[in-house]
Amino acid sequence: MKPAQFVSALLLLGGAVCAQQPAGDVHVLRVQGGIYMVVGGGGNIAVQAGKDGILLVDTGLTELAPKVLAAVRTISDGPVRYILNTHVHADHTGGNEYFVKQGGALNGVPGEPRVIAHLAVQERMAGPPVGNDAPMPRSLWPNDTYSTPFKDFFFNNEPVFVYHAPAAHTDGDSIVLFRRSDVVSTGDIFTPGRYPFIDLQRGGSVQGLIAGLNKILELAVPARYQEGGTYIIPGHGRLCDEADVVEFRDMVTIIRDRVQDSIKKGMTLEQVKSARPSFDYDTQYSGSADAFVESIYKSLKR
Amino acid sequence: MAKLRIPILAAALVARAFAQVDFSGEWSPLYHEDAPERLPGPELGDYTELPINAAARMRADSWDADRISVVEQYQCRPHGSDYSMRGLGNLRVWREIDQTTQKLIAFHTHMLAWDSERVIYMDGRPHPPDYAAHTWQGFSTGAWDGNMLTITTTHLKENYIRRNGVPRSEQAIVTEHWTRHGDYLTVTTVIEDPVFLTEPLVRSDNWFVDPGQHIGIFGCEYAAELPRPEGTVPHHLPGTNPFLKEFAGWYGLPYEATRGGAETLYPEYRSKLGEYKPPEKCERYCTCTTLFNCNLR
Repeated sequence: MKPAQFVSALLLLGGAVCAQQPAGDVHVLRVQGGIYMVVGGGGNIAVQAGKDGILLVDTGLTELAPKVLAAVRTISDGPVRYILNTHVHADHTGGNEYFVKQGGALNGVPGEPRVIAHLAVQERMAGPPVGNDAPMPRSLWPNDTYSTPFKDFFFNNEPVFVYHAPAAHTDGDSIVLFRRSDVVSTGDIFTPGRYPFIDLQRGGSVQGLIAGLNKILELAVPARYQEGGTYIIPGHGRLCDEADVVEFRDMVTIIRDRVQDSIKKGMTLEQVKSARPSFDYDTQYSGSADAFVESIYKSLKR
Repeated sequence: MAKLRIPILAAALVARAFAQVDFSGEWSPLYHEDAPERLPGPELGDYTELPINAAARMRADSWDADRISVVEQYQCRPHGSDYSMRGLGNLRVWREIDQTTQKLIAFHTHMLAWDSERVIYMDGRPHPPDYAAHTWQGFSTGAWDGNMLTITTTHLKENYIRRNGVPRSEQAIVTEHWTRHGDYLTVTTVIEDPVFLTEPLVRSDNWFVDPGQHIGIFGCEYAAELPRPEGTVPHHLPGTNPFLKEFAGWYGLPYEATRGGAETLYPEYRSKLGEYKPPEKCERYCTCTTLFNCNLR
């Protein structure tokens, strides 16, 4: 193990220690407890490191996996024991195979890491590809799935809870809570600064997305005056806490309400888009506002 | 000669150290600028003097004050450090000095409102990377410009530039200029927000030295006080906010002048409005003796 001594602490922001890393554009940010956030490898990756080894929440893009591993090695040289996939998309699962292959070779520890995801993730990977997407190779599939509302286990001296968020960003989303460290990893249910992608073709829905965001708020407890306390690692973007999730949840809820009101008035999709129900958020959130509004409309019309 | 040199050298060192102004002490706010907005609080629909864009205007039009009470997470939400200077701003400032080098590491501030504490780093450290967490106070660094302290703040959480729903984004960069004139302190704040402002918003606030000031505990505890479905977010759908024109009516202002925007900040805008006709009877703040004893009607 080589934890904090290899992470050069630059400054503190609400308990988060920033570190410059040698791995190109992939960076490590210490969050709190035993949790770190790796950014720049595709989707954000949560790393839990301790005496039992390493747990990764998501593995980033395939081509960036070696850089992600180099970043993880600045935290710990322990074996990767667990990989949790928050959903099916390649920017969160692309490194699965690479890290599984690393598993047995690390410190002579035998066996592959367990790759855990909701059953719907495996079904999506094993099923026919969506649109023009290439099929997901079997080497990226999870090797351990759950199909209950949540799953829990104990690793590195803390309880780890994995909650299924049905029909949210996709139909196989998981929210991960590290209970002792007090950190939540959300996957793409929460993407501060960018509009959420509701993947209707893979079972996502706006109501499920809002329910997922409310679940994150239920898990998060702020410290004094609504700051810090539980830290939130989003699917993309900066480290957050409850207040940031509230802003995002409010944005999705308000735009949902506006689109719902337009539907009640009998407006067509094109008329709703022309009315620009996300106008007051378009300067703040990146991504296609039209695509976001369309996904809400179609989701509500189902 | 040797004996003379030592005190001269010591005096020079002391003089250099104190060429930088010390803001330490207890400061009490003066509310003569923008008083009704700052203490009783702004009127709904009052966007005057704000160089906001159309997105900010729509966001403020949609804002429902019920959100503060219905949504628990808003009940104890503090001002951002840019706005806290305008609120219940009893202020304490103290210095953090490196014992070995006697160099100034940081100024610390404590404000009455929400017991907010802030650090203004003076040791040249960089701002955090963009993936670091944002806070209500943000991350502040200071530099001297003669006797004026210029502070740059980034990493703020999303908040407001007026507490009637006019937003300030988490992308804003805030520059403050602190100037001490004897027992008075002037802070000029410049907010640059690419999300909601079309040009910088410049405001100033003042304090006076008040050595006997005692800042009490603010305290706040959130609680569900109203039955509501989970995930309720009060807001007004576009075009349905019934309160937006009240402010213009009470003060006899053309509605469009209350909508804000850079054009409305400048004197030339008056010529567009024609002659001002005050309302026939006073509607707001008609019997004020002080800001704490001020009847709305």
